[in-house]
Amino acid sequence: MKVSILQFPGTNCEFDTQYAFEKLGCNTEIVWHKAESLPSDTDLLVVAGGFSYGDYLRSGAIAKFSPVMKAVAEYAKSGGKVLGICNGFQVLTEARLLPGALKRNEGLHFISKHHHLRVENNDNIFLKKLNNGDVVNIPIAHHDGNYYINEEGLKELEANGQILLRYTDEDGNIKNPNGSVESIAGVCNKEKNVFGLMPHPERAMEAVLGSADGIAMLKGFLES
Amino acid sequence: MSQQLPDIDTQLANHKLSQEDYTHIKQILGREPNLVELGIFSAMWSEHCSYKSSKVHLKGFPTSAPWVIQGPGENAGVIDIGDGMAAVFKMESHNHPSFIEPYQGAATGVGGIMRDVFTMGARPVANLNALRFGNVLNDDKTSKHQRYLVRGVTEGIGGYGNCMGVPTIGGETSFDECYNGNILVNAFTLGLAKSDEIFYGKAEGIGNPVLYVGAKTGRDGLGGAVMSSDSFTEESKSLRPTVQVGDPFTEKLLLEACLELFKTDYVIGIQDMGAAGLTSSSFEMAGRSGSGMIMHLDKVPAREENMTPYDFMLSESQERMLLCAKKGSEEEIIKIFEKWDLDAAVIGEVTDTGNMELFWHGEKVAEVPVDPVSEEAPELNRPMKRPEYLDLIKDTTINDFPKVENQEAFEKLTKSMEVVDKSWIYTQYDSMVQTNTVKKGGELDASVIRVKENGKALAMSADCNVRYCYIDPKGGGAAAVVESGRNVAMSGARPLAITDCLNYGNPENPEVMWQFAEGCLGIKEACAELTTPVIGGNVSLYNETNGVSVFPTPSIATVGVNDDQNNVLMSTFQEAGNQLYLVGESKSEFGGSLYMKEICGVVAGKLPEIDYAKELALWDLVIEANKKHLLECAKDASSGGVAIALAKMAATSGLGCDVSMSVEDERDIFAESQSRAIVEVKPENAEAFEAMLDGLACEKIGVVGGDTVKINNVTMSMETLQDNYFNTFKRVIEQDL
Repeated sequence: MKVSILQFPGTNCEFDTQYAFEKLGCNTEIVWHKAESLPSDTDLLVVAGGFSYGDYLRSGAIAKFSPVMKAVAEYAKSGGKVLGICNGFQVLTEARLLPGALKRNEGLHFISKHHHLRVENNDNIFLKKLNNGDVVNIPIAHHDGNYYINEEGLKELEANGQILLRYTDEDGNIKNPNGSVESIAGVCNKEKNVFGLMPHPERAMEAVLGSADGIAMLKGFLES
Repeated sequence: MSQQLPDIDTQLANHKLSQEDYTHIKQILGREPNLVELGIFSAMWSEHCSYKSSKVHLKGFPTSAPWVIQGPGENAGVIDIGDGMAAVFKMESHNHPSFIEPYQGAATGVGGIMRDVFTMGARPVANLNALRFGNVLNDDKTSKHQRYLVRGVTEGIGGYGNCMGVPTIGGETSFDECYNGNILVNAFTLGLAKSDEIFYGKAEGIGNPVLYVGAKTGRDGLGGAVMSSDSFTEESKSLRPTVQVGDPFTEKLLLEACLELFKTDYVIGIQDMGAAGLTSSSFEMAGRSGSGMIMHLDKVPAREENMTPYDFMLSESQERMLLCAKKGSEEEIIKIFEKWDLDAAVIGEVTDTGNMELFWHGEKVAEVPVDPVSEEAPELNRPMKRPEYLDLIKDTTINDFPKVENQEAFEKLTKSMEVVDKSWIYTQYDSMVQTNTVKKGGELDASVIRVKENGKALAMSADCNVRYCYIDPKGGGAAAVVESGRNVAMSGARPLAITDCLNYGNPENPEVMWQFAEGCLGIKEACAELTTPVIGGNVSLYNETNGVSVFPTPSIATVGVNDDQNNVLMSTFQEAGNQLYLVGESKSEFGGSLYMKEICGVVAGKLPEIDYAKELALWDLVIEANKKHLLECAKDASSGGVAIALAKMAATSGLGCDVSMSVEDERDIFAESQSRAIVEVKPENAEAFEAMLDGLACEKIGVVGGDTVKINNVTMSMETLQDNYFNTFKRVIEQDL
């Protein structure tokens, strides 16, 4: 299993992501944003978290113009699996590889804490190791995590089972930290090969750090 | 270059130089200085850069131990943490800029301290901060402004640290009226490096190139070091242009480019351009090696047009480094920085003249001998005088005030801004990036990261009880070292070294100078007794506005090592049914206590004596018992005494407790005797734990569990306690929004 991880100027979770996947036994490679193609043996492409280009404009708005993004779009279109975490999710929505957009958090503050999420749909490779309704504890750390999609788009997401995760309390009751539409924390595309979420599963791989619930999420990609 | 500058008196005043300095400068140069040279002396001899008032008192700090790799004098201190790894850390103040412009002031403080650490070759892995604000509770202009400063400083710290991808894992925030006109923002960074791959700020090897790398230079922060070497008045808002503007994205690129560069063998030495920018970095690098240097200022990448040599030498634009490289490696170095979209330019070379020679389009515009600028910087023996207030407050006790029922006092203290949870602040900091954070802000006492490279954990804690420092400047300085070390020990780590950030008032006031000298004595004593040497730090004077100086505030950050990252001891209750012990002796000691301030309304009294042997015995007990897995949690009893320590442990865990401790006076549950800790032990481990006490005073005080917190004659439901503890801060700070 080969995981390629994108690195834009300002990305800061690429090494965490690498560490997490290597812990699961994967080969990994960091791919510089100026690369014009992805490693040919890529089984999973991760767009890691951070502040690409400082996020001084809109989060992910500049990164989508990086040379590597053409290759990412082609890879996704041909069915390649793509996972965007935090800033990676923002980049993928900006690049229109995922529906919706991420706005500034409702309270306008950056939020960093462990947060519970409820699995909404496990009929995909990412969450197949979990059951619908399972509650996992995963760190969030974002300023622009307020997911927005219009009503029509939301209906489509629901109809196609594209809503992956919602923010909840530990009992699975909706608890919305950032104002996201319908408390949505993660979505996928219609074809279910491109995934994006604001929470950081790569930060929840070891009990010593507060949670190991991210293992079951990332492991889904290992068995295709 | 030998004509006297026109209107020399005004020039000297603008540069905060005395006639005596001027005479000295002429003697060093052997002629009249020109404007560029005057600017250089002004910056290098500012309080901020020269430590002229403090130097005499900083001598004699314990700075060595077998594990110290680098003590004070470099960009940051370095200790050996085993298995070929080193921890590089330092704390610095950014007080004046943060008061003038809270977001940028705090942000660039964080940026500056991170550069100090990564210029040593270390990747920053943890940040802490120690913040002091004025009164935020009232409905007046001052409190409103203070609340604005809290919000701005928090956002600034978060904005910079988060973008850098360095977790901010803890710190300390307290409030007192003495900071109404002068808040304190102290930022700490710890980085990791291989112990044989540390880089230093030196420039040597004749003919070796000097390179400028990072962001372009603008006119921002011009004269910042000189600004921060003065007191504040009503007009200080006009100083806003002297505050630098931070760009964390550029610094992130600079960090990655430098770390990539450090993997090569091209670098001779490197130093960040902090206060006094290109001036201090070039003089210090040449000075450390006894070299001379030529710099062509027209080669420095500029952000603005029409900048002068003077501007280039004194700008404090952020995110810049000066480096000395091996001859012939220039192109390869420039390639690395180009990859990261950063400027890099060869601007000069090392010489053997011992002089700093500055050129502007080929013409020499300044020539200053390097050594005398630092070696002969003024060293002042400022007059000192024991403040009179000390005699007026020393005999005050809580018995001088009407008695308040314990229940009422407890309710008030659990809502005190000093006590309550600061999640409003720390959830704005990314505390988990880099996936090492084991114990973070809000989890009480020290913060802890694990070290992936060697299986160990590093504990760190920034502390200072400023009330103690006010009533007893020496004892308070010592107590800050002791408390910081104790917090580290409570996590099961062995405290190894400290960095200090000494924030005091106006040194021209003899009483302040006396406080400073006493504070240093206290720190020296405690560091020697506890074997936690000082490996770096910073002095911030002139923390005074309109003649009011802040309380003496020597912030201390201790770093310690826990050999097993899977055995980090927590500080909140773990499980109902476990037993609670109070280790250490409790007396009716209220000098400088939170109780006296909040309930009696004064900061007064006599500070309890510190018994270093008992303190070390307490550390040893907790560290050794934790190694044997006999403890579930440990927390020191400090501000607010045992009652408030237990309240915090209960609120953060969601578990109540039922405690009865022996007291002479019923108010002693709030007393602040030193060298005490509360530990939680499973019933089956009680006997083994008690066998380790070895004569240390210890009382079994109760059990964990239930829906209430009961401590002697005080009772509070967990619901009320948690509301007080978790919601007060936001209510206060956001009331104006």
